[in-house]
This record gives sequence, C-alpha cells and structure tokens, in this order.
Amino acid sequence: MRTRVGRRERVVAVVLAAVIVVLAVVALGTGDYPLSIPEVVSAVFATDGRFETTLVLEWRLPRVLVAIVFGAALALSGAVFQSLTRNPLGSPDIIGFATGSYTGALLVLTLVGGSYLSVAGGAIVGGLLTALVVYLLAYRRGIQGFRLIIVGIAVTAMLHSVNTWLLLRAQVEVAMAASIWGAGSISLVTWADALPAFVAVGVLALAVAALSGGLRQLELGDDAAKAHGLRVEPTRLALLVVGVALTAVVTASSGPIAFVALAAPQIAARLGRSAGLPLLSSALTGAALLLAADFAAQHLVPTAVPVGVVTVVLGGLYLIALLIGQARKTP
Amino acid sequence: MTARLHADGLTLGYDQRVISRDLDADIPDGAFTVIVGPNACGKSTLLRAFARLLRPATGHVVLDGKAIDRYKPKEVARLIGLLPQSSVAPDGITVADLVARGRFPHQNLIRQWTPADEAAIRAAMDATNVAELSTRLLDELSGGQRQRVWVAMALAQETPILLLDEPTTFLDIAHQIDLLDLFAGLHRAGNTIVAVLHDLNHAARYASHLIVMKDGAIVATGAPRDVVTAELVDDVFGLSCLVIDDPVSHTPLVIPKSGQWKD
Repeated sequence: MRTRVGRRERVVAVVLAAVIVVLAVVALGTGDYPLSIPEVVSAVFATDGRFETTLVLEWRLPRVLVAIVFGAALALSGAVFQSLTRNPLGSPDIIGFATGSYTGALLVLTLVGGSYLSVAGGAIVGGLLTALVVYLLAYRRGIQGFRLIIVGIAVTAMLHSVNTWLLLRAQVEVAMAASIWGAGSISLVTWADALPAFVAVGVLALAVAALSGGLRQLELGDDAAKAHGLRVEPTRLALLVVGVALTAVVTASSGPIAFVALAAPQIAARLGRSAGLPLLSSALTGAALLLAADFAAQHLVPTAVPVGVVTVVLGGLYLIALLIGQARKTP
Repeated sequence: MTARLHADGLTLGYDQRVISRDLDADIPDGAFTVIVGPNACGKSTLLRAFARLLRPATGHVVLDGKAIDRYKPKEVARLIGLLPQSSVAPDGITVADLVARGRFPHQNLIRQWTPADEAAIRAAMDATNVAELSTRLLDELSGGQRQRVWVAMALAQETPILLLDEPTTFLDIAHQIDLLDLFAGLHRAGNTIVAVLHDLNHAARYASHLIVMKDGAIVATGAPRDVVTAELVDDVFGLSCLVIDDPVSHTPLVIPKSGQWKD
C-alpha cells in the first residue's frame, strides 16, 4: 500500500526499462533482413507503407512484445508465490502450476481440440487444480514453505509423465504441435493470439497492484497482518488465484517457460536491495530476461530453438545453485 | 471503572479442545492490565481472542458496545494494536520500512501515503528509542533492539488500546526491564495496555490491574497489592512462597520457598 518507493528501487526500475527498450530495438533490427537501429526507429514511425514498416511492426514486433509482456507476467507470478511461500524455490514453475497448466491445455488440445480461448481455459483450470492439489497435499495445520515445495516438485514430476502419456496417445499432428509448444515457444504467437493474452495480463497485473499492500502485510506473518486489519485468508486466496492465472495465461499461449518466474524476482531484489520481493522491478527484470533469452534462442544458437529450451538450461543451473544454498541453510 | 473492551461469555479453544468456557473479562480503560497464570492456563488464548486472532466458539469480544467481529477489520485495527508473540520480517527490510507497515489500517487504495503517516512513524520510533536506527537493516539489530522496532510498528498504528503477547520472552533481564519501562510510559501517557507476562514479579510491579487465570478460568482480578498473596500463588501455581513488600517499588514481591528452603 505504501507508495514511498525507495530511491534505489526507482533508479533500478528506470535502468531496467531502458535495457528493455534497447533489447527490443536490437531484436526488431535482427534477422534475415537486418536493420540498423536508426532504420528500425524510422520504420516504426514511417507512414508511407514501406516494406521495413511491415517487417518491423507486423512480423517482428508481436514476438518482441510477447516476450516483454509474458516475461513480466511470469516474473510477477513468481514474485507473488515466492513472497507467499517465503521461499525463493516457491515459484510456480517449480511447484507444478506451470506443468499443471500445460496438462490442462494438453487435455483440451488432444481431447477437444480447440481455439485459443478453450486452450487458455484448460490451462487456467489445470493450473488452479494443480495449485489446489499441491496445497491440500502440503497442508498440515497450515502451510509450511519447504513442505509445499517438496510436494510441488513431486507433483510436477508426476504431471510430466501424464503430459508424456497424453502426447503419446494423441494423433501425430496434434502431438507434434503440442510438443513444439510444450518446449515453450513464443515464435508462433500472432497478433490475434497475443491481444487477448495482453488484456488478461494487464487486468491481472492491476489486480496484483491492488493486492500488493496485502502481500506486504502477509510478509509480516498472519498474526501481525490480521492485527493490522487485513482479511488474511481472502487476500491470500486472491493472490494465489491471480498468481496461478498469470502463469496459466502465458502457458496457454506459449507453453511452459521455466526459470523466469524463479529467477527474476530474486535478481530484482538483489538489484534494488529492497525489502522482500519488489513487484515492479521483478516484472521489468522478467521482461528483460525473456526478451534476452528469446533473442539468444533465435539468433545466438546455430539453429533457432524455442525460448523455453534456453530458459530451461539457464534455470537448471540456477536451480542447482539455489538448492545447494537451501540445503546449507536447512539443518 | 469503565471498560471499552470486554469479553462476554467466551468459549475458547483450538479444534475440538476447549480451553476456556463462559469467560467474562473487563479491560479497564487507561489501565496497564497484565494477564498472569501458569503455562497453558489460557492467558495467551484470551489475549488472542481480544486481538481477534481467535474466533470464540460462543460469546463475543465487545468493543464500545458492539461485537468486535461486526466491525470492519481495519476499523478495529485503528482501535486495537497488537504485538504478536512472534513475527517475521522480509529479508532486507529497514527499521523505518518495517515501522511504516503499521500504518496499513490508516491507508487504502485511494488514501495512500500522507504526512500523518510520516508523523506517526517518527513518533513511534522516538517513543521506542529506535529513531537513530531507522535506516539500519532489521537483521543487523540485537534481540532487544529488534523487539523495540516491533513495538514501534504496533505504536505506528496509533491505537488507544495495545495488546502485548509475552513481549519480554527471550530477552535478558536488562532488556526486559527496559521494555517494561517503555510500556509503563505508554500507560502513563494515557494508553490502555494489556500484556501477557510470565514473570509474576514483573506483573506485580508494572500492572495497575491483574487478571489471574488457572485452567482456563479467571480466578482473581484487581490491583496487584490486593491480589498477589501467598495463598493465591500456592493455589494458582502450586508454589509455596513468601510475599514481601518490594523495597524499591513497594509492590508485592514473590519469594519462592522450595527444595532445601521449604519449611
């Protein structure tokens, strides 16, 4: 609820925004038909309908915007869950919600077949159901962060095998499409798919902003939060739902993209030296991370790969480091 | 004696286990009330009910003539503050930031940060003597300093009634007295204080009103001078003792008689 954001946090946010703009311009200019930075800028503002404008605005811009918006959404979701679980491992890509969203989407895709909206619906329901199952399995007189994570990792492993089974059963064409998508790719997202997702992420981001005061109170423990007049359980439930929905919306469009939700909030917290996990700079860090990862996936490896492959490799290394740190802390 | 805050026929417990049945209690306005009793007598449970952390199975906690659960949560939070038994803080939080979080009940989506918030935070940090630590990280402070910061957060709430759940546990004796002096100052300044304390001698010295509990029931209430007697201590704690006049504060002082000193 507090608006007196620290000076350092504001500087970090401005720098991150600048990094995103630079990365975006470079990405818009890179490809089989390379453009220099001034050419990109003039193409964006040109009104004479030249080829460069079509190339930049119609072909390359959707992918860049998708990377920015989805990266921000994943990072926000990660920041919310890591705050709620008080644990840097309590991230939706680790505790199964992203995998569960993918399962939900796969079920819709292989059984019903479908439009973006029904797949997105399947992803959201799958994510929420997984969240519910993980929550119930981990519940023992309240939720303790580390137990939630262990249960979440176990559920993720089981869901992975369910997903594989679904793919094996599916028709070859469906399975092929679903597999590419399952690696986490934003290359196939068009304006038509992206717009509903952008609206959904925008609405959810506003919801997170409205709930952020409550999230800061929950960081103090339930007793203090309640003493300060927070409706603790409804607030926590709303944050859970919004957090799952952010991951699910992204997963529905692009398939599961790991690592961003896990790492972005922690990187942002270290950059800003903030109390807890900063929401705005987490979102900006996530946007920059996914944009950079997608650039690497397209241009820095010999053949273009889905961005999810890049983030999984980075995320695996980061996760190992985190687990070692956690194991040292837990006696 | 008036009491804005009182308990009316409370049945309190966790899950199926009932701790208190049909409990009535008054919190006198402007008093320093201390709730004492042996371990597991239900004193913290009663305080948690007053702080609406525990919903009574029957009965009501009443504030200004209205059941406390019929207020909006933030309305109560502007009248009753709480220092919980244990709190957690996010990593990397500074003292001033933590104290500022006590302003939550005075803020909403539209009314956010105001000069009144700033003034309340400054006053809370001055009262608890943590103003010079305001930019320090909470993790860097000693246990005693940290507890003062938590008190400052509760004070920043600017409530006329302040509840303290075992505020001196885990502190060394100097820090305990230090903190109790702070609460006594708040009491003199007109606040209503309610504390759960373990140490009967601290309670007798600082309380203006005692609530003595045993097995979930209130067995005595009143000024320490009238309440703390050798018979009561024997009855409630099962400890034979001598009660003498404290040479410093002239309040009752409990001297245990046990083991080789038993008569």
